[in-house]
Amino acid sequence: MTAPVIDVAGVSFSRGGLTILQDVSLQVGAGEFIGVIGPNAGGKTTLLRLLLGLLQADQGRISLFGRPPAQGVRDVAYVPQHPGFDRNFPISVAEVVKLGAVNSRYAGDPRAVPETLRSLGLEALARRRINTLSGGQLQRLLIARCLVSRPRLLLLDEPTANVDVGAEESLFSLLTERMKDMTIVLVSHDISFISSYVSRVACLNRTLVCHDTENITSTLIKELYQEPIKYIRHEHRT
Amino acid sequence: MMELLAQFMQYRFLQYTLLACLLASIGCGMVGSYIVVKRLSLMSGSIAHAVFSGMGIAYFTGASPLLGAMLSALVLAVVIGFISTHWRHQDDVLLSALWSAGMAVGIIFMAKTPSYNVDLFSYLFGNILLIRGQDLLLMLGLNVIIVLIISCGYQQLLGTVFDEEFARLRGINTELAHYGLLILIALTVVLLIRIVGLILVICLLSVPAASAALFADSLKRMMLLACVFCLLATWLGLLASIPLDWPASATMVLLACSGYFLALLWMRFARASGPGR
Repeated sequence: MTAPVIDVAGVSFSRGGLTILQDVSLQVGAGEFIGVIGPNAGGKTTLLRLLLGLLQADQGRISLFGRPPAQGVRDVAYVPQHPGFDRNFPISVAEVVKLGAVNSRYAGDPRAVPETLRSLGLEALARRRINTLSGGQLQRLLIARCLVSRPRLLLLDEPTANVDVGAEESLFSLLTERMKDMTIVLVSHDISFISSYVSRVACLNRTLVCHDTENITSTLIKELYQEPIKYIRHEHRT
Repeated sequence: MMELLAQFMQYRFLQYTLLACLLASIGCGMVGSYIVVKRLSLMSGSIAHAVFSGMGIAYFTGASPLLGAMLSALVLAVVIGFISTHWRHQDDVLLSALWSAGMAVGIIFMAKTPSYNVDLFSYLFGNILLIRGQDLLLMLGLNVIIVLIISCGYQQLLGTVFDEEFARLRGINTELAHYGLLILIALTVVLLIRIVGLILVICLLSVPAASAALFADSLKRMMLLACVFCLLATWLGLLASIPLDWPASATMVLLACSGYFLALLWMRFARASGPGR
């Protein structure tokens, strides 16, 4: 049996005397598409940053592909909620994607960048400077930068926060197409949207509750979260 | 004009000065582009001014001031690299303190040097007309090192200045790249000291590249354009300084800055009046 892609066991994290995560455990197997939902400041982004090794847990153990985060992180791609670059930086779409391939098997492959651009419908924009892109195009660029290295695990933090509904749709259909060989963790506050794509939902508000440890059909989740009111009332007490 | 040209052909020192401007512009445009996109002006200013400490010590001990400048610039690059990675919250004040403390050390050593040497002013404000053959060789050597570092680590440096966190997650050693950038700045400061002097270095390090950023759509083009702008500012500044009888370094700096303001105004006007932009 191979190690799970993500193995989080009893992890706690606090900052400035405030407990952000408490005794969180989560296992994600290869090929799963899991959604993490929860209110703002519920610790969703913190969990992702712990997985990436950008933060260190106070207690508990985290491993990626059976290794510590620092070693496993090469096979992980992360799309942050807010891009960490200046949109006025003089750089083209193709160059940004090429930076995503650095230190990967595809670093020297001349086809890697054009193929990735084509799969995201960005090939016509390859030479455009990034400050001329629309919000939706920029979002696809952020995904392209991650997919070019063919990661085994993709972490997405609120990927649809700044794009319109049409862009959302195409983004998720693309991700589900790609899902066959990739594990995806998607953080969102928007349960109505997440439910139709993911195989499992984890709710995070300081503590984490998985709604089903087995893979369940998306229709079942849809039933669980059909009415908006259920989302609003959604909370867990410990 | 022809008369001026004839003068240039006739005098070796004028040929030297033109060549010196060309050599300075190469390193200046390339490294300046990193300074502008990564907003490293304050760090560059600190290195450039605090280098005076090394020069003061060199005068006091009778060593070559340029050697003193080189050694102190490299030490400062490492110190500033440490400050900006480990004391990020106070780096603003610390860099300003380093800036003036470095100059203070230089002033003290100067005052304690028995035979006061007027030549020091040429390092403070530049004196391009004193350029000698060995200075050109030094500048050529510095350029070779700068171009080598940038071409070997281009992707690593680009990744670091564009999106540091992403670069780190992709396994780029961003801390090493950061130190590398500061060492590049240190080398470029030494490259430029002979041309404009350490007080005015910060202008040539940032203004031509900032002008280039208005027009370039990639870092490579920005570097190329910044080299051209730097060359224009230094050559035209030098040419203009002769009939005006102004100090060459000050003329170059004023020309570079006016060019930048004009470019800014032009971009604003062009954007405002352009259709549908």
